[in-house]
Amino acid sequence: MSILEVKDLTVTFPGGIEAVRGVNYSVSRGEVLGIVGESGSGKSVTSLAVMGLLPRNAVVSGSVKLHGRELLGMPEDDQIKVRGKTISMIFQDPLSAFTPVYTIGDQIAEAVRIHQKVGKDKAARRAVELLDLVGIPHPGVRAKAFPHEFSGGMRQRAMIAMAIANDPDLLICDEPTTALDVTIQAQVLEVLKTAQRETGAGIVMITHDLGVIAGMADRVLVMYAGKPVEQGPVDELYYRPRMPYTMGLLASIPRIDGEEGPLVPIEGNPPSPAALPPGCPFAPRCPMKIDACDDEEPPLTEIGGGRHVACIRSREIEHKGLTGADVFPVPVIPPNDVVRIPREQRPTVLELNDLIRHYPLMKGAVFKRRVGTVHAVDGISFDIAEGETLALVGESGCGKTTTLQQIMQLEPPQSGRIVVLGKDSGKLGKEDRKALRGDLQIVFQDPMAALDPRMPVGDIVAEPLRAHGRKNVDQRVAELLTLVGLDPSYAERYPQHFSGGQRQRIGIARALALEPKMLVLDEPVSALDVSIQAGVINLLEELKNTLGLSYLFVAHDLAVVRHLADRVAVMYLGRIAEIGTVENVYDRPAHPYTQALLSAIPLPDPEMERTRKRILLEGDLPSPADPPSGCRFRTRCPKFARLSEAERRRCVDEEPSVVRLANAVDHGAACHYAEEIEVITASDDQEEK
Amino acid sequence: MRSKVVLRRLVKNKQTRYGLIGVLLLLILAYVGPFVAPYDWSDKDFMAFMQPPGPDHWWGTTQTGGDVFANTLRGLQKSLVIGFLVALISTGLAALVGAAAGYFGGWVDRILMWGVDLLLVLPSFLIIAILSPRLKGGTWLLFVLLLALFGWMITSRVVRSMTLSLREREYVLAARYMGIPGWRIILRHVLPNLSSLLIIDATLNVSGAIIGETSLSFFGFGVQAPDVSLGTLIADGSGPSTVISYPWLFLFPAGLLVALVLSVNLIGDGLRDALDPGSTS
Repeated sequence: MSILEVKDLTVTFPGGIEAVRGVNYSVSRGEVLGIVGESGSGKSVTSLAVMGLLPRNAVVSGSVKLHGRELLGMPEDDQIKVRGKTISMIFQDPLSAFTPVYTIGDQIAEAVRIHQKVGKDKAARRAVELLDLVGIPHPGVRAKAFPHEFSGGMRQRAMIAMAIANDPDLLICDEPTTALDVTIQAQVLEVLKTAQRETGAGIVMITHDLGVIAGMADRVLVMYAGKPVEQGPVDELYYRPRMPYTMGLLASIPRIDGEEGPLVPIEGNPPSPAALPPGCPFAPRCPMKIDACDDEEPPLTEIGGGRHVACIRSREIEHKGLTGADVFPVPVIPPNDVVRIPREQRPTVLELNDLIRHYPLMKGAVFKRRVGTVHAVDGISFDIAEGETLALVGESGCGKTTTLQQIMQLEPPQSGRIVVLGKDSGKLGKEDRKALRGDLQIVFQDPMAALDPRMPVGDIVAEPLRAHGRKNVDQRVAELLTLVGLDPSYAERYPQHFSGGQRQRIGIARALALEPKMLVLDEPVSALDVSIQAGVINLLEELKNTLGLSYLFVAHDLAVVRHLADRVAVMYLGRIAEIGTVENVYDRPAHPYTQALLSAIPLPDPEMERTRKRILLEGDLPSPADPPSGCRFRTRCPKFARLSEAERRRCVDEEPSVVRLANAVDHGAACHYAEEIEVITASDDQEEK
Repeated sequence: MRSKVVLRRLVKNKQTRYGLIGVLLLLILAYVGPFVAPYDWSDKDFMAFMQPPGPDHWWGTTQTGGDVFANTLRGLQKSLVIGFLVALISTGLAALVGAAAGYFGGWVDRILMWGVDLLLVLPSFLIIAILSPRLKGGTWLLFVLLLALFGWMITSRVVRSMTLSLREREYVLAARYMGIPGWRIILRHVLPNLSSLLIIDATLNVSGAIIGETSLSFFGFGVQAPDVSLGTLIADGSGPSTVISYPWLFLFPAGLLVALVLSVNLIGDGLRDALDPGSTS
């Protein structure tokens, strides 16, 4: 029996903007329905409409039935009784989901007392139980803590505890792990599975991450431009997609177990809800488009096996057994000439030697005194050869951004050495520094924030040219825009007229303006949608090969890194844990942290996800103001837990440094007991053998 | 795109429309009126002292036979010029000092903010009152500078704190990593992005400056005779017996002052709502 049944749900915002245009789905007890879509596809608005949380000016029509009771048009008082009791919601941002002035325990107890007639102390006891259930250590003590004393992952767990406080029948999770690091994401997803087992609730899981859906969902609904375009059981949909959009989406994601070679991008951008194309909304981007596609919007029709597809050519796709790689044109990326020379013979473009950056921790308003030191970067060394991409990966707070700032500032570091293109940053004069800036440029993470909203695109790209006194600025701007795949006539428009992917291309054009030899990429694709991301990754790869650039690539997404990088350095708490070529580090990780990191990344492959063995880490990243003695990872290390007392002594007393592994040319790990194992494809069956 | 939206919001706002029309009418009155009027402000009509409004002297005459209509328009001109100039100078100063302090930080910040705090604790009214008689021989422009000097500190503190957050923006970082000097980043990236705050502030400063000017002139410290401003005119007409027996001396300049300040404030409020729809106070 289904708990929730949504029929013909539409949501229209003032100005005739149809955010949701006819959504149908149902969720049964114990079932997980995944809703996938890019930003603006209407997936979040759908769930807010179900909860009745949309602003008053939104017009909602259709039907939402919970246990056969109509929710739309229900009086506010009755809706309040349903919310949090029968349906609960888990939001994306765990930071803003709690009131900062009450303790976590009080807030969970409040949720219990609103819907159940229990005493104060009983509700408080229940809150502690719930915190224990979601895996918060020392729940009795932690219940008295305030939200700011919890880390992001713990807050999201507390959020889950609050959501299941009243044994709801339905949980709506709106991007529950998007704001979290991968190892924390793995923990939280595990907690969600536990919560579902405990309550037997149905879950609606909304996310853009196809890997998370593959591991969690039973059925999947793909949304595009406010409408479902494909729906079906998870395996069917992942292995035999029947709608070109789903096919493209699945082909465009980089995978950590993936092959090399260009990704398959979906051209163009999702349509604006204010100006939908006639006929199928995906037609303008679809490589399989025929004239009939423009005639009318194809309805979601059943094709058997519980599957629904909205495409007039779905039968043909099924018949020919087409996949995303067959349908979408695979771009050709010219080969790199530089890499033919062995790495040792190429010049080094960037060298970091024992770089240290500590920040003082001050206290006191009038008389400031130093109470400690934040060890943001604590002695890291690496080098980048010409034409090479080194990726710096790690979770938030590991010091990658500080490292990058230290390099970009070109100032003498606190300690250690930074050598850019053979020039030591500590010995640069003012003029040399400015000249060197032309050879070292940066592409930022957030394409919204990286471009000045008050300047037209042409001026933005021309800014570095003018600052360095170059001639023929207009001609060069047109060249640069063409180089990154934009029309030169865009120079007169302002950044807000462009989509995220286009804006990121403008940022790249600006970085390339002075013909740098080296680019620093600060999470260049993490703010973009999957289908757009692939295009930007391909562009970066192409530019590197044709212009002979070297990249320092900072990222937390290990799948993208595998695709773009030649070498990878894994950072943990201000130090490098493991460094080596991508093949070595990904296929034979030796440091327990790298192993955990790699095994935490969800794969967009339902079968593998089900059988995969995860290495789950305990707890959160320790504070960089007070790192553990000896090996910094030992407090969370699964290997440390298995060591004998004598072996552990070494981890506690002696800080490991990066040591080259015995049988590898370019692979080193900072672990006393390093041991290469395979983790990405490791499954339970293999363990038994 | 954005400017179009702002303009549409601005025109849609009824109060702003009244404000705009009000300021426009007052400007026309101040600068076109003298050409239509039968008397010049320096003329003295010895046949008519303290005449009530009539067909010859539209708004009546003063104790010395001056034409109230011509005098008031002259005063209005002066008040308008002083108001706009003071607003321009003080907002400009606030923007430059605040942005420099916020962007450069360190000792630049400390010295500039020390200056701001110093000016904030000085009793500005008293200082202008003491200084202005000594400037008697000088032009009224010195008076404008004095008024501007004491009106920019609060805004510059706001600008400084907003600059602190702007300087961490990626486009400012990008400019810095391109090798663009600091003052150019301030002019090209920081100040344009604070423009909505600065526009609102300048508008509201206009009415503040007009009030400041009139109150100083009222007490005889601002604009000095023989020149007139709305403040001196109000002072002349507001003796305890004059207000009742010769109300036209007081009512016309005071009425124009109220209308002017009200209109400017309406525009300022409308601008704030249009540029920054979040604040609906």
